[in-house]
Amino acid sequence: MQTPNSSSRRIGALLIVAAIALLVALPMLVKGFFLFQITMVLCMALAVMGLNIVVGYGGQLSLGHGAVFAIGAYVAAVGMDSFALHWLPAVVIAGLVCLAFGVLFGWPSLRLKGHHLALATFALALAMPQILKHRSIETWTGGVQGVMVFNSPVPDWLPLSREVFVFYLVLAVVLIAFFGTAALFRSRMGRAIIAVKENQIAAASMGVNVTRTKLATFALSCLLTGLAGALYTLITEYVSPDSFDLMKSILLLVAVMVGGAGTILGPLVGAVFIQFVPNLAEQVSQSATSAIYAGFLLIMVFFMPTGVVGFVRGLLIRLRARR
Amino acid sequence: MQQVIQLTLSGIAIGSIYACLAVALVLIYKTTHHVNFAQGEMATFSAYVALFAVGLGLPLWLAAVVAVLFAFVSGMVIERVVIRRFHSASATTFVVACIALFIGINSLSGWIFGHDLKAFPSIFGAGTSSVVPFLSAHEVGSIVTVVVIAGLLYLFLSHTSLGLAMRATADNPVSARLSGVPVDWLLTLGWGIAAAVGAVAALLVAPIVFLDPNMMIGVLIYAFAAALLGGLDSPWGAIVGGILIGVIENLAGAYVVGNDMKLSLALLIIVAVLMLLPQGLLGRKTATRV
Repeated sequence: MQTPNSSSRRIGALLIVAAIALLVALPMLVKGFFLFQITMVLCMALAVMGLNIVVGYGGQLSLGHGAVFAIGAYVAAVGMDSFALHWLPAVVIAGLVCLAFGVLFGWPSLRLKGHHLALATFALALAMPQILKHRSIETWTGGVQGVMVFNSPVPDWLPLSREVFVFYLVLAVVLIAFFGTAALFRSRMGRAIIAVKENQIAAASMGVNVTRTKLATFALSCLLTGLAGALYTLITEYVSPDSFDLMKSILLLVAVMVGGAGTILGPLVGAVFIQFVPNLAEQVSQSATSAIYAGFLLIMVFFMPTGVVGFVRGLLIRLRARR
Repeated sequence: MQQVIQLTLSGIAIGSIYACLAVALVLIYKTTHHVNFAQGEMATFSAYVALFAVGLGLPLWLAAVVAVLFAFVSGMVIERVVIRRFHSASATTFVVACIALFIGINSLSGWIFGHDLKAFPSIFGAGTSSVVPFLSAHEVGSIVTVVVIAGLLYLFLSHTSLGLAMRATADNPVSARLSGVPVDWLLTLGWGIAAAVGAVAALLVAPIVFLDPNMMIGVLIYAFAAALLGGLDSPWGAIVGGILIGVIENLAGAYVVGNDMKLSLALLIIVAVLMLLPQGLLGRKTATRV
């Protein structure tokens, strides 16, 4: 890891402040569908941040984060629809359920070495639509139809429209998660996560509990992705089982790889990619989107293992060295 | 009682197809210690090749042979062109590359051959078998096919010098290379054989579920479960696991969970095996020196 000098750090901080200022002002600049798309980008960025913790920092592969996203979305939707919860406890409960799910699901596969988490989560991603459609929970999940959520999350004292309020809500959660993860990976816990990725045996001999660290990594990543799912419910006001298929999980993985696994800014870049590429690609062919994803995945693992963000960072460092 | 017997027998038949794909996965796992997530999609594409060959006027059996040969060659090409570069990569990178192949080949199938369901004839003909009660000719044919594949594999691995070299490659690539074994080419050959065995599985599945680009995804999950149950590093375990999974799927589908939860059943089996029997039925417990 390069330690940037203080001037470039200051430039970076300035850029981040400018980006945040732009995002805060955004609802005054754009309206309607474009604002919705930006809100979705932020929501997906949160989900991708979650997956990035496990893939980029933890060095484990989850192919089932689309399913975790689905659990978050459904818990929030059912909470607000069947149990008439306020949106805030619904979102919080959804996050906690996903955190608990991460611990329970991660335990059997993470204590083993190798591909087992990828295998188990792959099966999870495939099974999730079936589970959501199952008869025994149909009274809450609405089976194939899904759940419509009619409630207005805007507090009475705020003179904001629904879209704008949800945008600021998602932005706030994303910013907290962004600075939270940045701080995490400067802390002891975060260093332990990276140490386990780099060399399990060395980490263990330094006193890191490998299994517990891997489990915590996975659970934390499920928390973020689950929260993203719950926010997704607030944005779209509707969840249906078939929108959370295997492709959703692969999409999140594509975003992590394209943005840059193990970088703080990568998820934002990746989320923009997966939000806007399908719109462009579908004009070519139905199969074009996944073909493009496949191509980009291969390009990333071949030539740009640290994604767009890592590539640009490397470019900047090289430019500075030449000067 | 009669229904139980019938379900068990057809479970063995469908299980032998899972066994086929599981063997393909295990062959690759043994030599590279990686799981090929794209195995099913490669097989699906080969089934499309068979259908295409039938469309050109070839008899079905010849079309099947063409498809298996195509799979063999394309498996080797994929290993040479793509997989080769990831041998020393981390498990994560390797699986990401496999996922890229997975969605790439899937979209290629859809792009070239269309997304609609296509009827696919069975090599063993339609109708019931005259040999075994309760089973169709296709089901008996599937079981026989897997037995033949297992036999050929046994002969190849245990009684040919190429098979010996292959086992050496799987066991200890470094000392195999030092003894003059062309390790690189054997890895390529392994991918070819695995792809060919996978193609056979696809040719056996297609008459049952209709051919479409996503046909093998469900089968792949069952093959994962089978390979894990049998032990990821044991081809014989994969066959036993596949047949067990087929029987469990049929009986549980009829009496316990219902047919709409079949994929969830596979998930349940995978998690259960990981918790209770991580090295599988016939797999070896390994201890690694560090």
